[in-house]
Amino acid sequence: MRLLTGALLAGVASCLLAAGAVAQTPKKGGELIFAVTAEPPNYDCHANTSFAFVHPVIPHYSTLLTFSGADYPKIVGDLAESWTVSDDGKTYTFKLFDGVKFHDGSSLTSADVKASYDRIINPPDGVVSARKATFSDVSSVEAPDAHTVVFHLSNPNASMLQYFASPFNCIYSAAKLKENPKYPETNIMGSGAFTFVEHVNGSSWTGKRFDGYFRKDRPYLDGYKAVFMKSGNVVNALRGNQIMAEFRGRTPAEAEQLMSAMGDKVTKSESPWIVSIIIVFNTQKKPFDDARVRRALSLAIDRYLGAQALQNISLLRHVGGLQRPGAEFALTPEELEKLPGFGHDIAKSREEAKRLLKEAGVENLSFKLTNRNVAEPYTPAGVFAIDQWRQIGVTVEHQQLETKLWQAALSSGNFDVAIDFSSEFLDDPSSQFAKYVTKDLSPIAYADHHNTELDKLYEQQMRATSPAKRKELTKQFEEIELTEAYSVPLLWWHRIIVNDAKLKGWNITPSHYLDQSLVDVWLDQ
Amino acid sequence: MLSYLLRRLVLVIPTLLGVAVLTFFMLRVMPGDVVELKLRGDGVPVTEATLQAERARLGLDKPLVAQFGDWMAGLVTFDLGTSMWTGKPVAQEIAGRLPVTLQVAIMATIIAILIAIPLGTLSALYRDSWIDYAVRVVAIAGLAVPSFWLGMLFILMLLSVFAWLPPIGYVSIFEDPVANLSQLIWPALAVGYRYSAVSTRMMRSAVLEVMREDYIRTARAKGLFPRLIIERHALRNAMLPVITVIGLEFAFLIGGLVVTEQVFNLNGIGKLFVETVSRGDYTMIQALVMLVAIIFIIVNLVIDLLYAVLDPRIRLG
Repeated sequence: MRLLTGALLAGVASCLLAAGAVAQTPKKGGELIFAVTAEPPNYDCHANTSFAFVHPVIPHYSTLLTFSGADYPKIVGDLAESWTVSDDGKTYTFKLFDGVKFHDGSSLTSADVKASYDRIINPPDGVVSARKATFSDVSSVEAPDAHTVVFHLSNPNASMLQYFASPFNCIYSAAKLKENPKYPETNIMGSGAFTFVEHVNGSSWTGKRFDGYFRKDRPYLDGYKAVFMKSGNVVNALRGNQIMAEFRGRTPAEAEQLMSAMGDKVTKSESPWIVSIIIVFNTQKKPFDDARVRRALSLAIDRYLGAQALQNISLLRHVGGLQRPGAEFALTPEELEKLPGFGHDIAKSREEAKRLLKEAGVENLSFKLTNRNVAEPYTPAGVFAIDQWRQIGVTVEHQQLETKLWQAALSSGNFDVAIDFSSEFLDDPSSQFAKYVTKDLSPIAYADHHNTELDKLYEQQMRATSPAKRKELTKQFEEIELTEAYSVPLLWWHRIIVNDAKLKGWNITPSHYLDQSLVDVWLDQ
Repeated sequence: MLSYLLRRLVLVIPTLLGVAVLTFFMLRVMPGDVVELKLRGDGVPVTEATLQAERARLGLDKPLVAQFGDWMAGLVTFDLGTSMWTGKPVAQEIAGRLPVTLQVAIMATIIAILIAIPLGTLSALYRDSWIDYAVRVVAIAGLAVPSFWLGMLFILMLLSVFAWLPPIGYVSIFEDPVANLSQLIWPALAVGYRYSAVSTRMMRSAVLEVMREDYIRTARAKGLFPRLIIERHALRNAMLPVITVIGLEFAFLIGGLVVTEQVFNLNGIGKLFVETVSRGDYTMIQALVMLVAIIFIIVNLVIDLLYAVLDPRIRLG
């Protein structure tokens, strides 16, 4: 009873605190200095794939749609004031806000949106488009008037609206692209809340408020500075007031260190993360071409115990299937626990695992686990998996490679079993299944398996226009994939952000790619 | 002297050519692909066609000999090419980082000289006394403690005691000397201490060696003041091996401040080296290796010339 009363009081207190926070009036001014633990290779949104690009560069640009930071996964308009989708799901019509300006003072119109999407879908020679395949269903883009853009699809695509909200689909100036399609690789000229000031290679990236930004009274900040530093330096930099924020994530130990050293000078936000660690079995190598061996290795892992133990020392925390636990189309815990490797009776699972190995004739199985030499959370993930396999008599050598070599091993198929990851900006089955379909559909499906049924289900769920139907199809997909165990999720990550308490208006989301426009961010100083 | 200098400069060409050939072909043997890492690094299913197009754009689809020829043609016209990772000119990337590393290396060298020469000399002159033991303990500790670890201790001390950290972001010493020195003095101290330890031990043994020479005995016999003997005869001769060590250590620092730069978040050549190697950015690695090779060659040449200045018995040419 006392506990319940305490919990209620704490709840009421946090509600009051939250109400207080909401009631605060944003203040204008100040420069936000934040760390980015990697550096973008170039300036082109369409060619980039990393958070290292999103954090410093995205505040300069606008996109058609965006995910609401305060209300993820709700999609809201960025440049689009409104939009409609035709009943057959093949026509998307966007109405753009009036009065949007680029940083050079020119007006942003539908022609700029068309030119930008044409560049993504059909990149000119020498231009890299990392999301060409994502928009392969778009057959044409039209700009019937200055404020209307129409996308025609050859097939309905259940993920398309979310794809339009990708932070990477920056809208460039059509005039600049006409002059030089590679202009965005080396120049920043968007319509976002901040204009570009300078990029000191290897050191920092600076932006300042764009006074012509189309949203009234935004942004609040005078500017921002992204400082590039190694992840290991972030805690000291926060403690030494060199930076105010880092938006990718800290480990539980680092968060604890910061909270105990800085007290109420920092705030901690947490969220499940759309990132998971995956165990990939090379199905082109014996004995991993045998489903019994793969299933046995998945069965041997006590994911629930692992989540409990590893969350204290690493970013790993949640047990889930192929999609982030709790996401719209994810399996429920009840559905998941019926699948191999996700049952709660680990003794029973391990007995079954031993039986399967014996049946497959590999009782004394030994192999190499190829992992990347990134401590967090790859090393604990690898060590945990090896310990779990040891308990069914499997001997594993842990081979931790530099990222470049690890990536080369995955791509060339030069591995037995590997630790991989899945990281997305959205909870979308089409994106999250990219590591689990066959290589015919996805070049990053490193298990290199063949299963036409999986590919068929993947295609069907992508085309499903009803969420209920899509849920049914994705459930079937997960059941087949996790039973065949070509690649299996180990655990899902948990995102912890510790920032200076003065930083307001920023919301944690399940993705470190989202809500980084800094439009609503302000400093309470 | 001039003909010696010319001969040494001519010898630089085959040396650099050898370095270029070795670097280029050894890099190509290493597995890994800068394009794949750049485009698929975050797990995005970028198609093989896109990867191929990017490889072609970077010239990675050409035969190795053609790639080598392109690079060599660039080198002879002082064009180091563009970074395969950032697409920016390699020279520009290096130029932005070299001043940081160079300044830390120079400051560390000055610190090392200021510590090593007096301490090494004192240690030798008061051999087996408490001074000698104290200096040897300090020197051995300097050898045993890695610079980066000492750097981490500095950072923790500054944080815990002063709740302060050096400013981030390099500012030129000509622009703001206070900000510049308050940022770079810490890595210079961390590196300079280890550097001084090596030099102190070398100085001690060199002075001990020289003090046993006949000309020192003669100087003493003719009644010269001990201070004059040390300053004019002993130190000058003892400096020869010490200069070699100081020179080589300095050259090493240009590419060797790898971890220290990471600890202090300095945007220098060492950090760039690590990043480019981990990315497999061939053009950048090649340029950095050539830069370090050139610095080693120049430093060696300067050391040889200094030998002649310090010891008139050495005749170059």
